[in-house]
Amino acid sequence: MAHKSIFMSMLADDRGGKIFLSLLAIVTIVLPLLNLAVAQDSAFHISTFTITLMGKYLCYALLAIALDLVWGYCGILSLGHAAFFALGGYAMGMYLMRQIGDRGVYGNPELPDFMVFLNWESLPWYWYGFDQFWFAMLMAMLIPGVLAYLFGWLAFRSRVTGVYLSIITQALTYALMLAFFRNEMGFGGNNGLTDFKEILGFSLQQDATRVGLFVITALMLAIGYLVSRFIVTSKLGRVVVAVRDAEDRARFIGYKVESFKLWVFVFSAVLAGIAGALYVPQVGIINPGEFSPLNSIELVVWVAVGGRGLLYGAVLGAILVNFSKTYLTAALPEVWLFALGALFIIVTVFLPKGIVGLLQQMKARKVKEQKNESP
Amino acid sequence: MKLPCITGHLKCLLLLLMLCLSVLTINPVLAASGDEQFMNALQQLTAKKFNQKSQAISEIENSRHSQVKPVLNALLTGNLYYRKSDKVVFIVQKQDETFQLIDVLSDQQVAEVGKRTLKKISINNTLRSQLRSIIARVDLSDPNADVRRSAVQDMMKDMSLDAVNLLQEQLVIERSEIVKETIQVAIALYDIKSDDKATKLNAINALGDSVHPEANNLLKYVVSKDADGNYVENDLELRLAAQNAISTVETKLKIYSFAETLFFGVSLGSVLLLSAIGLAITFGVMGVINMAHGELMMLGAYTTYVVQLLMPNSIEYSLMVAVPAAFLVAGFVGILIERGVLQFLYGRPLETLLATFGISLILQQVVRSVFSPLNRSVETPEWMSGAWEINSALALTYNRLYIIIFSLIIFALLILILKKTALGLYIRSVSQNREMAKAMGVRSEWVDALTFGLGSGIAGIAGVALSQLTNVGPNLGQAYIIDSFMVVVFGGVGNLWGTFVAAMSLGVVNKFLEPWSGAVLAKIIVLVFIILFIQKRPKGLFPQKGRAGGN
Amino acid sequence: MKALDQVREVMRRDRVFNFMAQGQHPVIKGKVDVSKDIILYLESVSVSFDGFKAINDLDLYINDGELRCIIGPNGAGKTTMMDIITGKTRPDEGSVYFGQTMDLTKMSEYEIASAGIGRKFQKPTIFPEHTVFENLELAMEADKRVWITLFARLTPAQNDRIHEVLQTIMLEQHAELKARHLSHGQKQWLEIGMLLMQNPRVLLVDEPIAGMTHQETEKTAELLTGLAGEHSVVVVEHDMEFVRSIAKTVTVLHEGHVLAEGSMDEVQNNPKVIEVYLGE
Repeated sequence: MAHKSIFMSMLADDRGGKIFLSLLAIVTIVLPLLNLAVAQDSAFHISTFTITLMGKYLCYALLAIALDLVWGYCGILSLGHAAFFALGGYAMGMYLMRQIGDRGVYGNPELPDFMVFLNWESLPWYWYGFDQFWFAMLMAMLIPGVLAYLFGWLAFRSRVTGVYLSIITQALTYALMLAFFRNEMGFGGNNGLTDFKEILGFSLQQDATRVGLFVITALMLAIGYLVSRFIVTSKLGRVVVAVRDAEDRARFIGYKVESFKLWVFVFSAVLAGIAGALYVPQVGIINPGEFSPLNSIELVVWVAVGGRGLLYGAVLGAILVNFSKTYLTAALPEVWLFALGALFIIVTVFLPKGIVGLLQQMKARKVKEQKNESP
Repeated sequence: MKLPCITGHLKCLLLLLMLCLSVLTINPVLAASGDEQFMNALQQLTAKKFNQKSQAISEIENSRHSQVKPVLNALLTGNLYYRKSDKVVFIVQKQDETFQLIDVLSDQQVAEVGKRTLKKISINNTLRSQLRSIIARVDLSDPNADVRRSAVQDMMKDMSLDAVNLLQEQLVIERSEIVKETIQVAIALYDIKSDDKATKLNAINALGDSVHPEANNLLKYVVSKDADGNYVENDLELRLAAQNAISTVETKLKIYSFAETLFFGVSLGSVLLLSAIGLAITFGVMGVINMAHGELMMLGAYTTYVVQLLMPNSIEYSLMVAVPAAFLVAGFVGILIERGVLQFLYGRPLETLLATFGISLILQQVVRSVFSPLNRSVETPEWMSGAWEINSALALTYNRLYIIIFSLIIFALLILILKKTALGLYIRSVSQNREMAKAMGVRSEWVDALTFGLGSGIAGIAGVALSQLTNVGPNLGQAYIIDSFMVVVFGGVGNLWGTFVAAMSLGVVNKFLEPWSGAVLAKIIVLVFIILFIQKRPKGLFPQKGRAGGN
Repeated sequence: MKALDQVREVMRRDRVFNFMAQGQHPVIKGKVDVSKDIILYLESVSVSFDGFKAINDLDLYINDGELRCIIGPNGAGKTTMMDIITGKTRPDEGSVYFGQTMDLTKMSEYEIASAGIGRKFQKPTIFPEHTVFENLELAMEADKRVWITLFARLTPAQNDRIHEVLQTIMLEQHAELKARHLSHGQKQWLEIGMLLMQNPRVLLVDEPIAGMTHQETEKTAELLTGLAGEHSVVVVEHDMEFVRSIAKTVTVLHEGHVLAEGSMDEVQNNPKVIEVYLGE
């Protein structure tokens, strides 16, 4: 009861959040039904491809929430958040690789194909345990979390802020990308991890599994949203915003600023890791390209477009931008980069608060006009 | 810095002249040489007796015809035949059962015949060694030092007394250091097999002066043991001398390899410097994070490509045109960016980062649409290709050498502009205190535009340099942007000397790490190092000082 | 025998191990050791920026419960002195103690703040995107560790306290207004209010009345004098009228050094002070 009331009060003045969660609930119920229960030739049938695509968008949305927490709320513009996403993805990918077992091309029951190909004798130690689902999932959260902790501990303690921080986060993901491209790392090098067969015994080729993954992603997104909402509405959330706006003031009223930053950064990294772990079984591959700095910056644009500092804004931005990306890269591949580039410029110059900010402004103006008219 | 090149050519010319002179004095008949004499001599090869053939071979050599070498080579390898019917000599290429006849003068294939119609011109061992030394002699008199050197290398494989004598003669007139060195090694290689201890000792000491790989091998052989565990060389004194020589050689090799790595490092550092100084200005002076900097470099590289398309007949001078052209193109685009977008975003560095990133995507796509997504090849002018071979262990490629000098010039120019010109004064004043500068009547928006244009223009120039090192494609810029930022941040924002030191040290460190860690890992190590360094000194190596820089 | 002694030494109940004692400060609020009646010591403190000596061999003692005004021309080092006390700037030389035991030079900003030294900046620094109420809530004396903050809920007592301060700083009507919408004077008040919420032992107040109306100024004077006694208050101010109205003891800083100290009248008649203020 107490918890319920907390959640209710959390969402009490979060209209956008309520709308988003309701929409999410509808989509999560309706789409699977239209896929599984409606005949394939019906006009209402939703293909598994679409479901998977939607699942991908929802992973991105979760990732966007993660970035919004650090950027929108704490003012840390991380240009390396895709790294945490990718690390979570690799953890899941390692589990899925181990699940292939002897069904690989070389039929080695222990070693993934690429290791056999590289003439490796045995599994490297850091692959141990990844045949266990729980362990892999733990790692999907722990590895991004620990990396974020180490990085953040160093960076925040020595008060690296603003642009400097952005640039070194970018360097971090770039370094990781270079590292994962190396075959010697033992993560499949250039090709990454792919050719997955099944997850927890369910075949990844089956529609039902795909739908299941979609539903789980939607659930995780909802939970991620609620937890994040809980954080930003808590006193900690207010401290974090205070740190963003006046770091020195926060420090001089007795908050250990670096601890708060670190906490949010680590939480955000864990969230990004979860998003990555959900993403990989749906797209069926994880490779070092996911670490590319471009991905991280694209992610920033999702949040900027939607409206930073508002969790549902981040979700909106992620889904909107990715939907247009899917549409444009298929229909007019030449135009996509122009559109994305223009989006960066328009949002930063004209829409510093994103679409949600624009809507709020318009609404505020309307209210003002009504007020002016009424008396 | 065309100096080594020019002196090289001069040397060659001199050598050629001397050779001509010497040949003229020895054999005045040569002056009237031509196809006729050559063909006559060739005809004599069909004679039965070996001494007649030997005579013919000498005459062939004396003809100094351009085809002497291929013909003698063919004779040596048993590919010179004459047609039984008319005794015309051909070079023959065997293909399965048929023989292809190649005209000795034109090098063209003239006919294809069966084996029966031909007769091989046979040779004996005496002729063989005569041929070898003649071929070597011909090569040794070649004006190109590389040809001479490889001739000596060939001779090394099978040294004879004749060869040694020949090389001794050559050593006297040889001007190229590297050829001289090779010759000395070759002679030592022969001498070391002699029975005379003094000769051997001399040879070993001579080998100690050389860094030729063969010299080192041979010295190691001298001190090695055979399968039974006995020393190959019985004489202790010789072995000690060889041991000494080995350590001298190894020290030298170490020094040279150090010098080479240093050279690579400095050249990488110069590239970093070129790509980072433009950024240092826009980032350091204006506080603008220009993510499109790499793309401005790419524009510079493409400008080089277009310039070469426009002047296909004078590639040699294309770079001289491309440098100012690239500066103007990139500078112009830079000013457009500043006026069009950035002027609305001052004081919001993170926003400039995002907006310029958008611009970088657009520029990439423009280039893709206009030039195709594939890499374009930019030609390297003659004077930039090749290498300055100091000795057989150390060779500096001209393109890197020029880029080092070029980047230093650009850096010096930039310092001059900032220190000595009115624009520089304005830039510094605006960067230190915008409000005050405005109050003093500096039109800060123009200064901003010009500063950004200057930084961008330098990026364009860097692009010209890069076009000589890597592939020119739409992704060219992305590969350099992170490195450039690292350099600026590492050096300390707003400090051009810091950028210089950072670029050079990162370049050198990177190249010294590479041998034991591999290129990719070296890069990762450097990145991680900078990440850690920034934590320790958030303001870089040379932070801006004073109260203003404090926060 | 020796070993046994060592073991005994280790087992002693009251023993504090060196490695544990090191770098630890008894940062328990209200536990400041003021047995010598002095709450803040600055002894032979020097700090220089890039060759410029901002603080030069400064000795300053603040008594427990006193209201001290610090005046001095621009660049005298007033703000730098506050930076040193609050840990923002580390002195090159000298010692800074809070009470008898706490070495402020070895404590970080937040530790100093939680130990009981509050600070108001020269430029009003508040959290612009938070409401006035939230600003005060954030400043409120509480356990400010991360996890505890995450689950913190306002108790009725705390709520009352916030409203009390809201009244004191005359911002009760604006409690739900975002702080960035406040006027300059109101922001000053809000910052003072945040100081009050912290309930510190020492309040460092940098130019509190800049941008205030005459009435507001009077109110501020009243507030600050009211605080003295229970708290120690250090005020840096340019406005001599204001200083005269509140101060018992005035310290004049010049070129990072104490030039004179005493009552306002004494200080104003000090020839050195006159020279500094009026020039040659």
